Amino acid sequence: MLGFSRAQSAAFLVMLALIVAAPFTLYPVFLMKLLCFALFACAFNLLIGYVGLLSFGHAAYFGMGSYIAAWTAKTWHLTPELAIIAGGLTGAALGTVFGWLAIRRQGIYFAMITLALAQMNYFFCLQAPFTGGEDGIQQVPRGALFGILPLDNDMTMYAVVAVIFLAGFLLIHRVVHSPFGQVLKAIRENEPRAISLGYRTDNYKLLAFILSAGLAGIAGGAKALVFGIATLTDVHFAMSGEVVLMTLVGGMGTVFGPVVGALITNSMEYYLAQFGSWVTITQGAIFVACVLLFRRGVIGEIAAKLRISL
Amino acid sequence: MFTILGFPAPLLFGQLLLGVINGAFYALLSLGLAVIFGMLNIVNFAHGALFMLGAFVAWGLLEYLGIGYWWALVLAPLVVGAFGIVLEKLLISRLYKLDHLYGLLLTFGLALIIEGLARNNFGSSGMPYPIPASLQGAMNLGFMFLPVYRGWVVVAALVMCLATWVVIEKTPLGATLRAATENAKLVQAFGVNVPLMITLTYAGGVALAAFAGVLAAPIYSVNPNMGANFIIVVFAVVVIGGMGSILGSVVTGFGLGVIEGLTKVFYPQASATVIFLVMIIVLLARPAGLFGRAA
Repeated sequence: MLGFSRAQSAAFLVMLALIVAAPFTLYPVFLMKLLCFALFACAFNLLIGYVGLLSFGHAAYFGMGSYIAAWTAKTWHLTPELAIIAGGLTGAALGTVFGWLAIRRQGIYFAMITLALAQMNYFFCLQAPFTGGEDGIQQVPRGALFGILPLDNDMTMYAVVAVIFLAGFLLIHRVVHSPFGQVLKAIRENEPRAISLGYRTDNYKLLAFILSAGLAGIAGGAKALVFGIATLTDVHFAMSGEVVLMTLVGGMGTVFGPVVGALITNSMEYYLAQFGSWVTITQGAIFVACVLLFRRGVIGEIAAKLRISL
Repeated sequence: MFTILGFPAPLLFGQLLLGVINGAFYALLSLGLAVIFGMLNIVNFAHGALFMLGAFVAWGLLEYLGIGYWWALVLAPLVVGAFGIVLEKLLISRLYKLDHLYGLLLTFGLALIIEGLARNNFGSSGMPYPIPASLQGAMNLGFMFLPVYRGWVVVAALVMCLATWVVIEKTPLGATLRAATENAKLVQAFGVNVPLMITLTYAGGVALAAFAGVLAAPIYSVNPNMGANFIIVVFAVVVIGGMGSILGSVVTGFGLGVIEGLTKVFYPQASATVIFLVMIIVLLARPAGLFGRAA
């Protein structure tokens, strides 16, 4: 089904059922946040899992998407779908520039460059007038989908976010299993060999980077409309660290890992929020535990145990 | 009062001095990162947190034991170095056979833990650390007033950088170290205890960070975020300079500090981003970094 293996199809149906059933028992706003972060993590996983590129500055694309969606919805009164698309395009545009700069270096330097560029973007957002500085952009209207369907009801908004998430999820799955995706995996496994086979690997890496940044921008835009606010938190490097954590916990290079990772880290933050810095400390401990004990992540370990790919 | 390019000279020299001081910290931190990367092949994301830990140890020594600045300058690097040995032996040494990225992720996790614990116990507002009595006051240099402590920071950082350079480039120990960086297996075959050397290199690198932390304590308030603010800029410094050469790290560190200081005078809005802009220019013109070798 849809190019999924049998195990993946089963997992996809389970996920679909959960997405449909969840809002009737759990708080829809929390679930929407979860879906936005899950899409963000899936977009990030496209790079780390399938091209082997560790971008430590993905908050830049997520946060800029969030700012632009909020700003266009509030100032230009764009309808929500257009505002989110604007956020995605902004993420992709920023990703084009930053990705083009960062792919000049490999490995550890790539991570440091993306981190530094994202930090530059953070300072830009801190000073630029349109972001509202420390206050952020507040009271962003959700508007009406296509100008017809008002999204003020949480359930209606949830349906829209769920569709956005599923579309992004399936798009990534499609890309990974396309001939383009096969070349990306070849680059991950052995870049010099891919070059010697005649592939212009820089172009492939850049395209994957732009795609990932664009989807991160869409996730950020959707989150801004859900909460009606876009702030510096979304562009801060702690957010970049968080998306790395989600993907690592769930399983890098797995289809469902980032989704499960987003579920785990967001639930943890939800329950630990009242204990202040313990969120940070726990995040750090999970990083250490993941790297030392289960590098394949939750889904990766389960898949390895069952000898299937998830 | 005379002016230079339309700016009052005291303002210009004041910002220049601040830039040199920031540059001193960039140099000390990027030096430690470069030494650790050379030997361990990991980028130590916890470097900023250990810099902060150095400042906290100095503060704790004074607050709880009444031990002053000069002893702290020796003791804090030792304490943090010992902590580094524990980290390396217990955690980091398990990653040498894996992709470099895991080292970055592990040390990022360690940084989160250390900074989170510090914030939990001491809040994020920060605590003042007094300038030692012997370094208080200011000197009149004719064209500007130089606070004695700030002058001392620059001198101390320069001496430390020079000492590190001498140890690595001019002593038998340093020669073995450089050999092990090039080819660890071969050096081990000659009977050198390479794992011990790796551990001590890590301890030495983080001790440098702690030394910088003690130097920084009287200038910035001692607070849990002081390292996080520095480390990303230091990464940019490392990308600009390349991690191949020690003198390269030092020159790049001081140079970028000065550029940042001057930007504060001529175009203050860009002072937070100028180092990243320099990084972009260097990436465009010389992708391998100013002192780096092409990979």
